[in-house]
Amino acid sequence: MTVELGHFALVLALAMALVQSTVPLAGAQLKSLNLMRVGEPVAITGFLLILLAFGALVQGYVTSDFSILNVWENSHSAKPMLFKITGTWGNHEGSMLLWVLILAFFGALVAVFGRNLPPSLRANVIAVQGMVATAFLFFILFTSNPFTRLIPTPIEGQDLNPILQDIGLAVHPPLLYLGYVGFSISFSFAVAALIEGRIDAAWARWVRPWTLVAWAFLTGGIAMGSYWAYYELGWGGFWFWDPVENASFLPWLAGTALLHSAIVMEKRSALKIWTVLLAILTFSLSLLGTFLVRSGVLTSVHAFATDPARGVFILMILLMFIGGSLALFALRANSLTAGGLFHPISREGALVLNNLLLSTCTATVLIGTLYPLLVEAVTGEKISVGAPFFNLTFVPLAIPLLLAVPFGPLLAWKRGDLMGAAQRLQAAFAIVVVVVLAVYFWVDKASVVAALGLGLGFWLIFGAITDIAYKAGVGKAKVGVMFSRLRGLPLSVFGTAFAHAGIGVTVIGLVSVTTLETERIVLMQPTDVVEAGGYTLRFKDITPFRGPNFTEDQANFDLTGPDGRRLGEVMAAKRLYPARGMPTTEAGIRTFGFSQLYVSIGELTANGLVVHVWWKPQVTLIWLGSLVMMFGGILSLCDRRLRVGAPTRRKAAIAAAKG
Amino acid sequence: MTRKQKRLAVIATGMSFLALSAGLTLFALGQQTSYFYMPADVLTKPVQPGERIRLGGLVEAGSIQRVDGTHVNFAVTDGEHSVKVGYNGILPDLFREEQGVVTEGTFGPDGMFVADSVLAKHDENYMPREIADGLKEKGLWQHTEGGSSDDS
Repeated sequence: MTVELGHFALVLALAMALVQSTVPLAGAQLKSLNLMRVGEPVAITGFLLILLAFGALVQGYVTSDFSILNVWENSHSAKPMLFKITGTWGNHEGSMLLWVLILAFFGALVAVFGRNLPPSLRANVIAVQGMVATAFLFFILFTSNPFTRLIPTPIEGQDLNPILQDIGLAVHPPLLYLGYVGFSISFSFAVAALIEGRIDAAWARWVRPWTLVAWAFLTGGIAMGSYWAYYELGWGGFWFWDPVENASFLPWLAGTALLHSAIVMEKRSALKIWTVLLAILTFSLSLLGTFLVRSGVLTSVHAFATDPARGVFILMILLMFIGGSLALFALRANSLTAGGLFHPISREGALVLNNLLLSTCTATVLIGTLYPLLVEAVTGEKISVGAPFFNLTFVPLAIPLLLAVPFGPLLAWKRGDLMGAAQRLQAAFAIVVVVVLAVYFWVDKASVVAALGLGLGFWLIFGAITDIAYKAGVGKAKVGVMFSRLRGLPLSVFGTAFAHAGIGVTVIGLVSVTTLETERIVLMQPTDVVEAGGYTLRFKDITPFRGPNFTEDQANFDLTGPDGRRLGEVMAAKRLYPARGMPTTEAGIRTFGFSQLYVSIGELTANGLVVHVWWKPQVTLIWLGSLVMMFGGILSLCDRRLRVGAPTRRKAAIAAAKG
Repeated sequence: MTRKQKRLAVIATGMSFLALSAGLTLFALGQQTSYFYMPADVLTKPVQPGERIRLGGLVEAGSIQRVDGTHVNFAVTDGEHSVKVGYNGILPDLFREEQGVVTEGTFGPDGMFVADSVLAKHDENYMPREIADGLKEKGLWQHTEGGSSDDS
């Protein structure tokens, strides 16, 4: 019964989406406030209906209702409750439902929080959001209905892919989708502005918080996905430049560029056309990502249950929205007034440089990702573009960008002083030189590349600190004045500093792991010993273990630290899920400071057990840095100045105090 | 600087970045991509020793041999032809006889393919698209409906 209710709610949501995408749009054209106002309640109702449908599916999973085809295919009654719930989106249909749920959620948020927007802009934004929702609801109802019944009802389900039975599934897809789909708001704002043919600095002010929300979630989502793949796959890798990874990284790069260009537009009323284009491209890349992930046209190590036939449908949606919005852009871009030019050495100049580099980075990643498709379409040859390509193209473009980052916030608007900024960065530079030399001479195995790379990370961190210190007047003002200045600094300044320092932290992690990692592959008999990073593992034995829905062969190792102290045991396992007859590798990971010892086991042969051990120095910084970036985004979001309508409230308060 | 010079400066910087990235991309595409081969392709289009390729197919039944320690030899087949592959490391969980596999590496001078990575998929129903296409041509592959057959 709840299943039919969910299905029905989804159909009603489609009806709502159709109303949402037409009536407010017509209202904005006819300048009818009544028609425009239809958008908000409809958007909120649509969201609630999809929430109801989603809830119905979750309930199907929780109660292991195998009369639902989707539940039967992806669940099992013996599965722990958490994985029953998260299994809802661990499959194609459920994950698309989560996709539209979040899309509708953002639409509803605009309806609730967009009260300060001009009515016609708000109506258009809600309408465009409705169009995207319509397309994807059609997609779900016609090609990927999660509510299809199965008769007769089987007694037991086929279980969820064991790799997905992990806490990562509870966190990664929702975060990633909040980011991915969150960019739909920037897209809707851009298209709405193009429909109106009018755009001003205030537009950027409205778009920025939404972009920031999406960006912060996407940052967290990508980092979480990377960490999940790292510990779950047992390969010890955190990023493979795999098409599915690139699919999430592309909108992140474009979104980062958008975040920065919107600042220029807000403050200097320049880069309008470019910002609108970026907003369109960012969400287009999200759509492209959805297509690549769901259709499986590109071979990926992260591919789960893909279906090319459905891919064609998403491709149509993709072409419709990208084509439509770009056509609208081509038609209307001329009527948007171009902003003034400005001095290259200035805050806006630095932000333009950021945009140039980020968009070229995006382009190279996009080319690398799509090139195999192109080549196959043209010549029929099957090729693959892997990590070496991206290391050769992306990295050289990212380095100048990262080197320039600390200068940006230190340059003034309109006319900056590069020498002055360089002077202020002297202390940071001195620290970096010390770090580089120290690493090069004292750290074992450290190459020049490793030392310079680590220096780059510290450059970003101390550059960010310099920015705060300079703005607080460290060294110039008295301590008391300094603290009051520090308190008086807008939150967005801290947001910028945290985001930039976060990249530095990530860079340190990336460089440490790629250059200083130790890897050993050995065949071990009981009492054999292997050493990595100063830590010694002694193979003890293999013991069987029985989990709720799996059996495991656990290999136990005694761990001894570099100082000879015993550090307990490390356990790595081969797990078998009988429901699917599928084995998985469970890595044994021990964290020491920011570094990790990573143990993964292979098969037990006649001569012993194949053991793969890595010492991964500072590996956790890769993900911690992303969290710092995310935190910076959230800080910036909390800045009062960014909140639409907040300035008026403040003005009102000042006026009240005066009166 | 005059307005014209400023504009020129911005455009010149933009162009130089584009040129740089285009150059890098073209160079990298020429150097760093690897072609996908099925065993039969290796016979018709010989691969130079040292050239990086990806070799895909099914793991030939009965071909898996442990050499010494962590070295494994196996053969990748497309039903008619097969290529011997050597690999050092841990094989993926879903690496089994007659299952799809994609290996990446180079041919040694002795004609043995030395793989530095071996990929089988995470999902027992999922077949890498290149292999599925290749096997379909050979008529060895039956598509399972809905991507979720029960093979346990």
